[in-house]
Amino acid sequence: MKIAVMVKQVADTAAKIQVLPDGSGMDYSGVQLVLNPYDEYAVEEAIKLKEASGGEVVIFNLGPDSADEALKTALAMGGDRAVVLRDPELGQADASVRAEILAAMIAREEFDIVFCGKQSVDSDTHQVGPAVAQKLGMPAATFITSFALDGSNATVSREAEGVTETLEIGLPALFTCTKGLNEPRYPSLPGIMQAARKPKEVLSLADLGLTPAAKVKVHGLSSPPPRAEGRMLAGETNEKVSELVRLLRDEAHAV
Amino acid sequence: MDFHLSEEQSILREMVRDFARKEIEPIAAESDQTHRFPSDTLKKAAALGLMGVTVAPEYGGSGMDFLSYILVLEEIAKSCASTAVVLSVHNTLGCGTLHKFGNEEQKKRWLPLAASGEALGAYLLTEPGAGSDASSLACRAEKVEGGWKVTGSKAFITNAGYASFGILYARTDVNEKSRGISAFILDMNSEGVEPGPEEAKMGLNASSTVMVNLDDVFISEDCLLGEEGRGFSMALDMLNYGRIGIAAQALGMAEAALDESLKYSREREQFGKPIGQFQSIQDKLTAMYSDVEASRLLTYRAAVAASAGENIIMPAATAKLFSSQAAVRCAEAAVQIHGGYGYSKEYKVERIFRDARVTEIYEGTSEVQRLVMARQLLDM
Repeated sequence: MKIAVMVKQVADTAAKIQVLPDGSGMDYSGVQLVLNPYDEYAVEEAIKLKEASGGEVVIFNLGPDSADEALKTALAMGGDRAVVLRDPELGQADASVRAEILAAMIAREEFDIVFCGKQSVDSDTHQVGPAVAQKLGMPAATFITSFALDGSNATVSREAEGVTETLEIGLPALFTCTKGLNEPRYPSLPGIMQAARKPKEVLSLADLGLTPAAKVKVHGLSSPPPRAEGRMLAGETNEKVSELVRLLRDEAHAV
Repeated sequence: MDFHLSEEQSILREMVRDFARKEIEPIAAESDQTHRFPSDTLKKAAALGLMGVTVAPEYGGSGMDFLSYILVLEEIAKSCASTAVVLSVHNTLGCGTLHKFGNEEQKKRWLPLAASGEALGAYLLTEPGAGSDASSLACRAEKVEGGWKVTGSKAFITNAGYASFGILYARTDVNEKSRGISAFILDMNSEGVEPGPEEAKMGLNASSTVMVNLDDVFISEDCLLGEEGRGFSMALDMLNYGRIGIAAQALGMAEAALDESLKYSREREQFGKPIGQFQSIQDKLTAMYSDVEASRLLTYRAAVAASAGENIIMPAATAKLFSSQAAVRCAEAAVQIHGGYGYSKEYKVERIFRDARVTEIYEGTSEVQRLVMARQLLDM
């Protein structure tokens, strides 16, 4: 069983991130960068599968040099080796460009399964996984919460609106992972030490013969408006109810 | 000067932060109130390699450097200072002493057990009558056929109620003072090793601190650690490393006190606005932040010196003295900022206030740190 896992480095969800003054991107300086939380489920599922049925787990990553830390976290959890493409310009590339490159990186070898997080918590597009599957000509199941291998098929559950779907998919296939799939392990200290010595292949766009063109142009970024302060209503209960109804009707236009 | 952590150190810190937040923080207050030893946490910590952080891989350890280990203690102390001291005594004083002074056979016998978490370590130096003046210890090791017979009492021994092995200091020569002390590896399950009841302490209630009576305990020849008569200099050497660990524990507590105070200062409103908008509160918060930053720099600096194998007497004592006092100051300010709630066990700062105080006492009191530092400064 050969398993590919795509991982991305993102800002820690607890970090305070600001838009750059010129609105061209986010300011990540001084921010703790971590492995995308949804990708942790993908890495964990791949390692569990390897531990159960043998094989190899290859971690794929696209981003700036600093993304090595997220990559090493995935290797420290138990990934066997890494294939990366380092290009600071591509850190903020749109989903189609990222998918085109990642698909080309993965297509250099034959994989039975590709896992990734259902979304990255920075750009939140949910697109890269399915787009890579399409480019690789694989079926995909998104948002999976369970995974079981049965010969050359996989049976997975996915959460849809109000129902849990159970799907059977022929391999090779791609799966985007979400909370509930497993409990990601902590990278152990010996794992962290070994990660630095695991093989890492560094590719360039030229190696892949790609000159990807962005299909989306970002016109600007702005912070959401600050939330207005809450207001406490004063007076007797019946007065407060009347005031609340008036506000809901006249100000919030909710009723 | 490079103030950045390596990738490995950064990944480690992130992992331990996550581990402490999910596995330790939720049970820390209850463990303090019920005086519950963190056995379950130690099992989980052992699986991650946290019970032998700096032990070489050939002895089953994680093989990380001293700064990495200091990051571990700092992050764990943010959630639970009791768990941090259990790990500190085990890793530095237990494993560290074996690693530095044990012969190959001793290391092969004990370190894999210690690093896997199967055997918890303790450090038996202090006695009822020998605290700061450790070289006056009275515990007697008399030479007998094939080894020694040890009789005496050891006081305030961390982990002893749960430990499988201890580093024991005992007097092998009554005619010498510090030169008459030798170090031994003590199997805590030996006949005559009698841990007493738990000390009722002000804080660190989830850690175990007991008196240990040694009643005619036989220690075989192969358990002598290093050379006979060299025990006291080994004890002093290891305490230098231990002090950096306590500095890290104090740093973690100071950071937690600041974090809690910042949160409370944003949320708590009096006179119609968050108390963080009052200058008197801001004065406290900024003093705490400065204390935390200075503690961190001194502690990391000492840890980097330890990683590099440099002389750490001065940086370790300085880091320990400053960080422990800073932790007490921060805990005090945090309680004051929280007002009546800070005096209640409902809030974490009450526990930090009790836990922080001991960092000025154990592994050398503040007064002993000054003594050590003055000797270095004056060279006399």
